[in-house]
Order: sequence, then C-alpha cells, then structure tokens
Amino acid sequence: MQPDALKGGFADLPIQSATAFRSVLQAMARPGTIHQLAGAAPPPPLSVAAGVVLLTLCDPETPLFVGASVDTPDLRSWISFHTGAPFSAASAAVIAIGSWQDFTPLSAFPVGSAEYPDRSTTLITEVDLLGREGSNACRLTGPGIQDFYTLCLPDPALMQANRALFPLGLDFILTSDSSVAALPRSTKIEVM
Amino acid sequence: MTEQITTPSANDTNDAPKHNLEAHNFDATDSYNFAYLDEQTKRMIRRVLLKALAIPGYQVPFASREMPMPYGWGTGGVQVTAACLTPDDCVKVIDQGADDTTNALSIRSFFASTAGVRTTEATDKASLIQTRHRIPEIELTEGQLLVYQVPIPEPLRFLEPRETETRKMHALSEYGLMHVKLYEDISQHGHIATAYAYPVNVEGHYVMDPSPIPKFDNPKMNNCAAIQLFGAGREQRIYAIPPYCHVKSLDFEDYPFDRLRAPGACALCGADDSYLDEVIMDDEGTRMYVCSDTDFCSTRREQGHVGDQSGLFDSEEG
Ligand SMILES: [Zn+2]
Repeated sequence: MQPDALKGGFADLPIQSATAFRSVLQAMARPGTIHQLAGAAPPPPLSVAAGVVLLTLCDPETPLFVGASVDTPDLRSWISFHTGAPFSAASAAVIAIGSWQDFTPLSAFPVGSAEYPDRSTTLITEVDLLGREGSNACRLTGPGIQDFYTLCLPDPALMQANRALFPLGLDFILTSDSSVAALPRSTKIEVM
Repeated sequence: MTEQITTPSANDTNDAPKHNLEAHNFDATDSYNFAYLDEQTKRMIRRVLLKALAIPGYQVPFASREMPMPYGWGTGGVQVTAACLTPDDCVKVIDQGADDTTNALSIRSFFASTAGVRTTEATDKASLIQTRHRIPEIELTEGQLLVYQVPIPEPLRFLEPRETETRKMHALSEYGLMHVKLYEDISQHGHIATAYAYPVNVEGHYVMDPSPIPKFDNPKMNNCAAIQLFGAGREQRIYAIPPYCHVKSLDFEDYPFDRLRAPGACALCGADDSYLDEVIMDDEGTRMYVCSDTDFCSTRREQGHVGDQSGLFDSEEG
C-alpha cells in the first residue's frame, strides 16, 4: 500500500457519490452533454473526472481493467483502497479505465449477449479534451438527444462499428480534467 | 390478456396492500444511510440504471433489496429513487394521480427523513417524481426524473411464463404473440380493450410494459424531455427511457391506437382534456368525474377555472 493511496477519496461519500452519479446519469441519458465532476483526487495521470466516476461506480463486485497508459502502482493502490474493485483482464471487465489506445482492439471487451445485452463493459475513456470543434467532430443523434449534439470522438469509425452492434455493445464514459460526457451504444454517430 | 393488466382494481390485489407505512415512524434523527440504502446497494442500482439508459426499453436484472415496506408499496420505484436522490432534490410522489393518499404521503415522508430532501405536490417544482399508475398532465421538463413503480415489468409474461423464452423473444424482437393478443381484443370487443399497462415499442426495438398507467398516458412517454426510470422490486428489473425517445403504443393499421378518455369535463375545474376519475358522491350513488391528477386540478381552480359542480364540492369541503 502506497501512503498516498489513503488520500483523494470522497470526504463525504454518500453525498458526493450521489451528486456525482446524478451528473453521470444525466450524461448517459443525454449523450453529448458535458457535465462537471468534483471531489476526488486520484494519483496522476488520472483526471479528477475519471477518479470521481471510479469512486462512484466501482466496488468489489466490478472487475476493473486498467489500461497501460494509466497503470501505475500508485493508481492501483488508490483504486484498491477506495473501491475494492478486483483488477481483471479486458475479457472479464465490468468497468475499464484508460485511454482510447489502451482499449483497442475493442473486441477484447464483452459486448453482452442477445438475452443479456447489459452484460457489457463500461469504458471510462480519458481524452485530452472534451470538445465540440476540431478533428473527429461528430454529429450525435438518437435516444436522449432532441436535435443533435456535436462532440469530438477518439475514433468515430470504431464507435460507429460499436453502434452497429445495438442492442449489444460497449458504453463509453468520456472524461477529461473535471468534465464528463457519455456515449452509450445507442447513439448514432456521423463524422462532420 | 389476463385481468391483472386490464383493470387497475384487479391489479391492486398485488400492487397496493393496505398497510400503514407511517407506523414505521421514520425519524430524521435516526442514523440511516443517506436515502436509506447502503452505499454498495446504491452503487449496484446506479450501474444498472446506466445500462438501462444505454439500452432503452430493455429490462436489466438487479438484486432488489428488502425495504421497510411491502412489495406492493413500490419497492422497485423506491430503490430507484433512493439511488438517484441528492440532497438538492425536491420530491413529489403520486399515487394514481393523487399526492395525498396514505401511500404517497408515506413514501414522501420516507425520503424527507432518510435523505433530507424537500418535497412538493407541484409537478413543475419537483426535480424527481415517483409515480404509481399515472403520468402528470403537464409536460415534464429537461432535468426532471420520473420514476415509475412497476408491479409486472415483462409485457410478454401473460403470453409466455418462461423467462428464458421471453428473453429470446425480446432478443429477436419477436412480438407477434403480443399483436395476436391485441387482435383478439378487437375480435372480441370490436376495439382494443386493454386500457392499462398498454404495451409500447421503444425506439423501434424493445416492447416494454409502461406499468399500469391508463393508456391515455401512453403518448406522454413519447418524446418526453424528462428521464423515465422504471423499477420493479419483486420482479427485480429496472428499465429506462432516455429523453426524447420514440415511444409508440402497439396498434394496427386498421385499428390505430386510441387514448380512450371518458367523455366530458372535470366537475371541479372544467378541464376537458385531462384524465378523469369517477367519484361516487353520496349513498344514492351520485357520480361525478374529476381530474385524476390532483395537482393539475387544484392549479386550474386556483387560476379561476370552474367546473359544473365545483361550488357544490367546495362547500362540502367547507
Ligand atoms: Zn379538474
């Protein structure tokens, strides 16, 4: 156990996790909307938002895949101390944390079955910036979206392929600094 | 379709036992977990809610917990609400349209004491609305959560009792049996007689039970700005409709969906577009029709709208 592992959790767990979840719920319900998260201080290189999502969703019942770009002893200690989540291979992961590069090929993660499409991994994906303009700007439509949103996605083609699996598929929670957005499997993606 | 989903009264046999929750006497000074449930249970439900939103209309299994109330009290809805609440919320609870039934009052006070949230009867002031058997008359808004209490989440259950089979049918979008059932209604009654828990198709994929709301409410689910969450405690299922989803009541080209509303206007506020309940006024069986949504009706009366018998009713209330 690293000494710093004890720090950086929620100071008031029930209230901060409730507030954080509500933002993540809104993000997942309305894909492309960007919300702010606060209250966690995970070891670098993890963002505040990714740390908050981990604390909010992970526990001993959620095997966690840790991507190579964030995989440090400090982070593993922090996750173990604050969530108790067991570390797992991609093929058994309920939740994954890392960069987009860490997650490819996406086929390593379970996408659910026809009878149980919910049994798929939720990928907490760290991105440099949650932006609406720039390279890979995409037009998002579908459930949760009245008209459309634009959002820059790490790899639109792969995410479109994921969407094509619906109702199976992976669900993405995109994090950067203190910002979070979500891209469930149901969202239709067009590159602009 | 069996009686259980054709009339609300038959449904009540397993959905609304007459217990008095207030006997539990929840007190804010007691040391409960925030919103009653322990953190691990809330986390589990929260993960399930995210999957439910990602797969609109699909029933996600969850490990329902014992609640300090019987199943008929909407323990599924209560658990979903508990997992969503923050201290900033303002909660409204409706029971068949009314805010003031024992059931509604008890659930409201349960969350006021265990989560310290504000409560309201006003639909437009609520950030989270838990409901049994109605959708409010006024349009819901972005940011609001509507949590439904669901007794029987599986719309195919009365046609196919085996869970393994209904799962396959959903996986293959094999909903022919459901259409056959509705068509039998037509051949027997000349119209689709199913009036409550009328099945809907969500985003062209899953067929879903909207809980025993009157089918009058079904169109409100479509393109709704609020997040709609459904919790079935006894059956251990959670499902969801994200905002602005396409939700279509099943029907046939030659028998299009019909909302079915008692003709006439509310005797108290004169509304001719709201869902009406029949109220028996006296021992002689005098009847009148009033809005089922009590907040909608009282808001209209405050605005000066009057119905045929509003004077009579006010004097009785005294
Ligand atoms: Zn009225």
